[in-house]
Amino acid sequence: MSEVLLKVSGLTMKFGGLLAVDQVEFDVKRDEVFAIIGPNGAGKTTVFNCVGGFYKPTTGDILMDGKKINGLPSHKVAQQGLVRTFQNVRLFKNLTVLENLLVAQHTHIETRLLPGLFKVPSYRRSEQEAQKNAVDWLDFMGIRQFANREAGNLAYGHQRRLEIARCMITRPRLLMLDEPAAGLNPQEKRDLQQLIDQLRKEFGVAVLLIEHDMSLVMGVSDRILVMEHGKPITIGLPADVRVDPRVIKAYLGEE
Amino acid sequence: MSELIPQLTQQLFNGLSLGAIYALIAIGYTMVYGIIGMINFAHGEIYMIGAYVGLVTLSALGVNSGLPLPIVILVMLIVAVLVTGVYGYATEKVAYAPLRGGPRLVPLISAIGMSIFLQNWVAIGQGARDMAVPALVTGSVQFQLGSDFVVTAPYSRIMIIVVTVLLMIALSLFIKYSRIGRASRACSQDLRMANLLGIDTNRIISFTFIIGAMLAAVGGVLIALAIGKLNPFIGFIAGIKAFTAAVLGGIGSIPGAMLGGVLLGLAETFAAAYISSQYKDIVAFLLLVFILLFRPTGLLGKPEVEKV
Amino acid sequence: MGNNIKNALIAAFMAGVIIAPIFGLQIVRSGMQTHLQPEWHMIVAGMAIVFAFQVIRPYLRRLFKRSGKVRTMPVLTEPARRGLIFLLIAIALIWPFFTGRAQVDIATLVLIYVMLGLGLNIVVGFAGLLDLGFVGFYAVGAYTYALLYHWAGWGFWEALPFAGAMSALFGFLLGFPVLRLRGDYLAIVTLGFGEIIRLLLINLYSLTGGPDGISGIPKPTVLGFPMARRAPEGVTTFHELVGWNFDNQDVIIYLYLMALCLALLTLFVSNRVIRMPIGRAWEALREDEIACRSLGLNPTRIKLSAFTMGAMFAGFGGAFFAARQGLVNPESFTFMESALILAIVVLGGMGSQVGVILAAIVLTVVPEIAREFAEYRMLIFGLVMVLMMIWRPQGLLPVKRPQVELKV
Repeated sequence: MSEVLLKVSGLTMKFGGLLAVDQVEFDVKRDEVFAIIGPNGAGKTTVFNCVGGFYKPTTGDILMDGKKINGLPSHKVAQQGLVRTFQNVRLFKNLTVLENLLVAQHTHIETRLLPGLFKVPSYRRSEQEAQKNAVDWLDFMGIRQFANREAGNLAYGHQRRLEIARCMITRPRLLMLDEPAAGLNPQEKRDLQQLIDQLRKEFGVAVLLIEHDMSLVMGVSDRILVMEHGKPITIGLPADVRVDPRVIKAYLGEE
Repeated sequence: MSELIPQLTQQLFNGLSLGAIYALIAIGYTMVYGIIGMINFAHGEIYMIGAYVGLVTLSALGVNSGLPLPIVILVMLIVAVLVTGVYGYATEKVAYAPLRGGPRLVPLISAIGMSIFLQNWVAIGQGARDMAVPALVTGSVQFQLGSDFVVTAPYSRIMIIVVTVLLMIALSLFIKYSRIGRASRACSQDLRMANLLGIDTNRIISFTFIIGAMLAAVGGVLIALAIGKLNPFIGFIAGIKAFTAAVLGGIGSIPGAMLGGVLLGLAETFAAAYISSQYKDIVAFLLLVFILLFRPTGLLGKPEVEKV
Repeated sequence: MGNNIKNALIAAFMAGVIIAPIFGLQIVRSGMQTHLQPEWHMIVAGMAIVFAFQVIRPYLRRLFKRSGKVRTMPVLTEPARRGLIFLLIAIALIWPFFTGRAQVDIATLVLIYVMLGLGLNIVVGFAGLLDLGFVGFYAVGAYTYALLYHWAGWGFWEALPFAGAMSALFGFLLGFPVLRLRGDYLAIVTLGFGEIIRLLLINLYSLTGGPDGISGIPKPTVLGFPMARRAPEGVTTFHELVGWNFDNQDVIIYLYLMALCLALLTLFVSNRVIRMPIGRAWEALREDEIACRSLGLNPTRIKLSAFTMGAMFAGFGGAFFAARQGLVNPESFTFMESALILAIVVLGGMGSQVGVILAAIVLTVVPEIAREFAEYRMLIFGLVMVLMMIWRPQGLLPVKRPQVELKV
């Protein structure tokens, strides 16, 4: 098994005349936390959308464990073990917290018509297991008490944790977090940092992260890609990136 | 072989006059969809009502009124246009405006309800059966192309093409150069932004409905004169076909609606002539499915990228 | 106040313009002539009503706001819902034995619409797919039975599963390319398909009998024994078998009971399915398709399951309709049927089964009772649809959605 889980090469995305992403290259190793940072409009979310299969890249290759995934529809990409959260949390707001976690397991449980219709033992076992998985994750995230509450009625910080739990319950190999710290207070950010580290260590999942909060990025990432105006500026260790003059220049005027 | 050219010419003419009607109705669909992203299901009924108002006006004037024919037709058109303008405005205010901004299914269902309501409104008011329209415009231009085949171009259909072309030109100029036209274009690009810039979007939306209704009414009156009969249910099929035309040309694009209308008219006429006349209605439906599957933005539309 | 009057006048004027050419000036043929019959009272009455309404409206609005009354009916809780369903089933079971022939006949029609409504409820109410061509699947089911009888002499019970299967197949074939389309486009395309099926039925004369359709379709038998006064040579009728005297009432009651069985089956399946993973997936998909895709759910496959299942129920309903009528022709399968079934789902509250059942009862029985107003039936349907969307889009009787609860 090679070390590299995700390999992105020559990624370019054009929207009509607009060049949103220009020749971006990077790779993410197993168990690695890899961050993409850059000023607003740098094209970070576009990269995410290309990797996740929501956009079809204009050119470039995206390989997951050596297998080409660019061009696959987003649900097939997810089935390859690559899941993501969204900038504006996309929970199923009218379903309960528990149901959000049950739906996420859809591809792993008994969904056929007849077994479900007659509640055969294998179906009941499958449902019980799904519920158990869901509860385990609720406990892990510390939101078990909200299990029967509608997901839209959760506090923002809890919604974010639920969204991450929903991703993790699909047993992914790569977890993509799109600005997970946005809107969180400092304590919640510290908890998030700890969570990411914990996920990586306990579940062996690689994390690809877009984030603006520098202390979080510096604290949790193994390597960082800096982008500006759709182009990659540099890839390196946090300590190096932090003092790179090109990076500082790109952020001049911001933070 | 020498028959082919005149036959094609005949079909071409028929197709163009049919396409002109589709274009007139299609513009209403495309303008409304371009601004508020909604299919106005009841638009076909507006076309039908235009035809009926034309007939009522004609009956009021009397067939042997002694007025010159062009005046009679002009009066029919003007009255139909004015009345359907009111219909267009009223249906928007009553059935669609209160539902703006909610889940998309809701205004759609309301529109369906409106469509059914209007069909039966007319069916009860004027009778559900076919009603004859006096043949005001008779006669045709006939010319011989090649061997024996005579191409017949009825004046009523020439009138359709001429009036439609004039209206298309007028509309294009209006949209391009007038203040309302500019505001309209701004709204169809980005409604929220236009609102923030101070454009009274409610007024523009009403304007869109009214203009669409008026054009459809013209189509209704002209087709009634050309075909010689109407009933309350002609709007249903015509509406679906005109919507197909709008999608074909690129929904949201006015030139697209014109182009789509003409293409659909030609396709349907040729299919009826050379494949089967029984199944000509299916041509429109199949065309719709194919475009939506393979090129949903239509011929002149811009490719849409889903915002994630 | 002055502004109010001005608006009311404008509205009244517009009402006049709207009413005049349709109701105010009726076109009347007398021999070769057409002339107009003015009905001034209609125009004036309409204008007056609109004027009065517009003047009163702001006061009405203030009245409702002040009383703090939220114009909603309570949401039905789970025990109440279950109680209501059991009550309805109980009434349904004893109905044929306590009412006359006409009532049982209407009730049978109601049951057919319950089946159709529950089927469309899955498609529209749960999966959120606006299918305007539902009547097409209804027609496929009816004609499958009709054709199997006409060309191969099949009876109802043999044909029934095939009717459902054919409709489901059509649903699958249609849904597969079409379900990825956006909501409004999907609506129009399904509408188109419903029309295509109707046109094919009219035009494929040699196969389907064209506009005349197929007649002589037999009613369902009792385990193979026909329910009839007389049977062909060598065949025993049901009455001969059990030694009863033949009574036409028995046929009606039997038909009703069979419809009830089918409707209960539909209810059972629909009830189970929404509590199964596929039901949760439908709801999630309706809420946020992008989130579903990001979790590996295949939207087309999930939508297809709803679409196909709805089509299957329509097929069953269609076969039963053919049996009840004894004949089928394309006239019974117009867009208006789709609209009517949609109205049932909308009125009942999209997603609420008990609501759909009640709406089916209301929308079938009321027109039968108000026979004199038959003309106005569709007019009122249209109006009801618009008003429901404006005032109460969640339906008359919304239920709390069935949640998976974690027992603490």
